[in-house]
Amino acid sequence: MSSAVPLIEAHGLTKRYGGFTAVDGIDLTIDEGEVFGFLGPNGSGKSTSILMMLGLTEPTAGDVRVCGHDPARNPLAVKRQVGYLPESVGFYGDLTGAQNLRFTAELNGIPRSEADARIAELLDMVELEDAANQPVVQYSRGMRQRLGLADVLLKRPRLVILDDPTLGLDPAGIVWLLGLIEELSARQGIAVFLSSHQLQEVQRVCHCVGIMSHGKIVLEGTVAALTAQTDAGGFHVTLKVEGANDALDAALAALPSVRKAFRSGIDVVIESDEDVRADAAAAVHEHGGRLLEMRANDRTLEDIYLRYFQETVA
Amino acid sequence: MSALFFKELADHFGRRRFALLLGLVALGLVWGAFVDLRLLAASGRQFFFLDVFTATAGVPISLLSFLSFFGPVIGIALGFDAINGERTQGTLARLLAQPLHRDSVYNAKFLAALLTLGLVVASMMIVVVGLTMFRMGIAPTGEEVIRLTGLGLVTVAYLAFWLALAITASVLFRNTVTSALASIGMWFALGFLITLLGGVLADRIVPDIETTDDAVRHVNIESWTNRASPSGLYSEATSILLDPIGGRALNLFTIEQGRLEGLLSTPVSAGQSLQLVWPHIVVLVAMVGVLLAASYIRFMREEIRA
Repeated sequence: MSSAVPLIEAHGLTKRYGGFTAVDGIDLTIDEGEVFGFLGPNGSGKSTSILMMLGLTEPTAGDVRVCGHDPARNPLAVKRQVGYLPESVGFYGDLTGAQNLRFTAELNGIPRSEADARIAELLDMVELEDAANQPVVQYSRGMRQRLGLADVLLKRPRLVILDDPTLGLDPAGIVWLLGLIEELSARQGIAVFLSSHQLQEVQRVCHCVGIMSHGKIVLEGTVAALTAQTDAGGFHVTLKVEGANDALDAALAALPSVRKAFRSGIDVVIESDEDVRADAAAAVHEHGGRLLEMRANDRTLEDIYLRYFQETVA
Repeated sequence: MSALFFKELADHFGRRRFALLLGLVALGLVWGAFVDLRLLAASGRQFFFLDVFTATAGVPISLLSFLSFFGPVIGIALGFDAINGERTQGTLARLLAQPLHRDSVYNAKFLAALLTLGLVVASMMIVVVGLTMFRMGIAPTGEEVIRLTGLGLVTVAYLAFWLALAITASVLFRNTVTSALASIGMWFALGFLITLLGGVLADRIVPDIETTDDAVRHVNIESWTNRASPSGLYSEATSILLDPIGGRALNLFTIEQGRLEGLLSTPVSAGQSLQLVWPHIVVLVAMVGVLLAASYIRFMREEIRA
């Protein structure tokens, strides 16, 4: 298998249900070892796209190749190499966690001798070693989710597709999950395709993100590239200044690379291309103002996201 | 596919529905023990081991009627949540994300349930025959063994119909309760209503029976309507198999009057009876095939959303 072939390659992928278009011609490329964040509000077509990548539903138009295969025509070749954690993962309640994994191992044709060691190792990794012999009915939501991860990794996939994996996890669980995703990508070279509507957590681990809205990918790229693309680039600095005056405003606006400076009450906001905090502080001092507070606003992915959606709403 | 097959089999024999299956075998035990054998023996009939299944002496209804009425429940119980059960449990998407064909899931479920039905029917019959041998001290003749084997096959085909019906419902309906109710509704419709309908229809079309021709038409309408129902097919097939003398009476009116008496006192051979029930078996199997094909096509094209 040549590494030049992208793990996921979609062109004009479309899914319609009657008159409703759930996924509207998306293009995607995911490379080996990449962590891709597939973001968007609920109902934006993320899960449907994932179903098409796994051959669990047929595309209306367009095509998708996963690991070089067409999932609708050749689902087994895809499923041998791809692990999929569904939105709400379920297990056979009357079997124990270890038995559920053993069943998955059998379905994947992993020999028993090899499977047992691998299962023990994975249960250890997802911190379920103590609950391994407990029936899954007794598992909490978070435990099921972790068992789901072990289940997905059992077949030693090249790519894992996680559909909203943070759903139902507590904050500590989310931190743990993201750590695991980083580790999978960095240490084992497994590509991760991660869908979520929760952005802050996801941007931390993603190399690349795509933002879905109404069935379309409206933004795609690295977080830094997206920042520039949405024109949210540059620096936003908020100052709280006692005794500010018009002369100060003019001086701030005249600083190099400043696009805009405006004041309301004691708040002064500066938008610039480069970091002007030191110069701004000096200017305040020079014009007799007392600098009470200075805060640089980092543009997080969420800002981009909200900003984009505000734009589409407006 | 074998992994799934054995898991399903283990499920059936595991804790889930074991009580129901065991109940059927236990029923054979009760019937085998309580059928009034002396009364049977006194009647001087030729086929003792066949009569045990149709006898009503000492038991509330014959074992065969019981199988015909309540066998469908067993078939339905093994199939009504086959696919939608996995769906509600959230395991279907995970299962289909593994490298196995979608039809393997379907086939494994049907075959495991079918084998379960076969084993249960076989054990029940062995229990009945064994107990009768023990109580009477005689062994079944070769003829009886052939006929009983035929009965076993027809019974499995009959139960397989209800199994296929229930699996179809489990593909069509998302909710397991809905599919169970739909299957039971079909059981009433196909098992009872059609049989009633046959009589009504015959009375409507041939209101007055004056000639032999009228009588033949009346019976024909009734029996052809019944043959649309798997229960009708089953009772016809079993009566042919278990009653070598009277069982072919369904063709009574096609035989000339004068030859009737001589014919009625001699039993037909097992081979001939099997020939007579062959169409019944074929039709039952075809019904199973149609149901399975319909739900199979539906399931193969379906979207599997978690």
